[in-house]
Amino acid sequence: MGDMQDKPVGQGGPSPRRRFLREAAGVAGGACLLSLGVGLYAKQASALPATALRPPGALAESDFLAACVRCGLCVRDCPYDTLKLAELGDGVATGTPYFNARQIPCEMCEDIPCVAACPTGALDRGLADIGKARMGLAVLIDHETCLNFLGLRCDVCYRVCPVIDKAITLERQHNPRSDRHAMLLPTVHSDYCTGCGKCEKSCVLPGEAAIKVLPVKLAQGSKAEHYRKGWEEKEAAGQSLIGEQIELPVRGLEGKSYGDTRVLPGPATPARPGSGLDSGWKP
Amino acid sequence: MSAVAATSKAVRPRVGADAIASKGWLGAHKWLVLRRLSQLGLLALFLAGPWFGLWIVKGNLSSSLTLDMLPLTDPFLLAQSLAAGTLPYKEALIGAAIVVAFYLIVGGRVFCSWVCPMNLVTDAAAWLRRRLGLKGGKIPSGDTRYWLLGFMLLAAFATGSLAWEWVNPVSMLHRGLIFGFGLAWGIVGGVFVYDLLIATRGWCGHICPMGAFYSLLGGTALMRVSAAHRSACDDCMDCFAVCPEPQVIRPALKAAGQDHPVILDRNCTNCGRCVDVCGRNVFRITTRFDRSES
Repeated sequence: MGDMQDKPVGQGGPSPRRRFLREAAGVAGGACLLSLGVGLYAKQASALPATALRPPGALAESDFLAACVRCGLCVRDCPYDTLKLAELGDGVATGTPYFNARQIPCEMCEDIPCVAACPTGALDRGLADIGKARMGLAVLIDHETCLNFLGLRCDVCYRVCPVIDKAITLERQHNPRSDRHAMLLPTVHSDYCTGCGKCEKSCVLPGEAAIKVLPVKLAQGSKAEHYRKGWEEKEAAGQSLIGEQIELPVRGLEGKSYGDTRVLPGPATPARPGSGLDSGWKP
Repeated sequence: MSAVAATSKAVRPRVGADAIASKGWLGAHKWLVLRRLSQLGLLALFLAGPWFGLWIVKGNLSSSLTLDMLPLTDPFLLAQSLAAGTLPYKEALIGAAIVVAFYLIVGGRVFCSWVCPMNLVTDAAAWLRRRLGLKGGKIPSGDTRYWLLGFMLLAAFATGSLAWEWVNPVSMLHRGLIFGFGLAWGIVGGVFVYDLLIATRGWCGHICPMGAFYSLLGGTALMRVSAAHRSACDDCMDCFAVCPEPQVIRPALKAAGQDHPVILDRNCTNCGRCVDVCGRNVFRITTRFDRSES
């Protein structure tokens, strides 16, 4: 009220302009703080969990979050209920479409209805061939539990792969445990893997799959562009760049195929009597 | 202040009692019932697909496709998307243009009172607040929403993402009803509690930037409320008590700053509750050109 007495007669309170400025500053400040909070939260929370895969044709994550209006039309047009909209608490930007390969993988429809349904271009219609989709990249992530790595013939991930023999091949290797069998190791090739997740879905392990589809960025290392690979240079130049090298024989492995490092059963050296198991030693 | 409120509450009957006495319950709730039918009917259209396999409308209020041919897109979302640096496909652009054209003609905030599902929540909070006689709280300025609208577009530009959609209770509620809520109930419940305990009509009337966007479209609204019979007003204040934007009434009803009786304020949501609760039939819904008094 002291304010009022200082003012000329007929003017109640601070001048309208000053009051307006003060109020506007308060309101603008509050709105600015709230926006800042929301903006920072949006930035902080926009990391996508590795198990959440975007639909085929999805733009790079940052562009995707700018374009997707969270309408769910892609979800509606997905014939296999693969896609779902993230709910608050899922750890994926609320309302954006994603799928979890272990639950329901992408069936790679040829007409890609989810992409056709997207009104904003968050799913890029430039993707005409589903084989070109890169939703992620399968990685045989656990060599300890994978049955094929144990030398068994599971092969399920390989069999279900829609791009079989290109995206996943079985690579034959010697089984050092039995020393007489082969291991057929499922091997993913990034040139062909679309990240559909059928391999992860059908991995026969009871809980977590040994093969998982990961975001490409997580799954793949950067190429070593600064290395010149001798064999590529040789092929490009038609000859070795450093001239012909002398090929030395590898002793002891003559007559064996490349990479076969098995030790041949040679003449057994008889154990010295009274040594090893027969030593008779007692603790 | 509270003593005055208490005595006036003891003396005065419930808001709208006069209207019910003079027009009957249905007459005193005509626009409210129509509005609820509109809100729930639109929601039913969206839910008919996922619940009964009747795909009339697909999507949600953010963007939808009706009968596989009519695209509709929320223009505020599209504005955020543009601010974030993407140019959407023409479906989204056409959809937003249709929505903007509709609300420019009919009235921007018709969306808020006739379409938006959050209106059910905030109306419930306002009703409960009136019934419980809750007073006080901290009401932000009504301009907050415009600032928030501006800053949200800035935030979209700065973060390159639809920043407001991370917290937008309106789209979360509608999407939640159709696609599943998750924890979004908490945010919707927060709006209810905020309106109930902290600020009367706080969300829709002061904060919601989506409402602010539709307010900006409200300058040319054809559908308007007129206090045509204002000579009969007995100052019972019922219309002010139920109005979600009470400041819009005075210029028309009390000829403050204008001489005609039409409420032209862009924040009027055309909800028609003032028409309903007035026992003297002061208000009616008409066009902006109908300046007649009766």
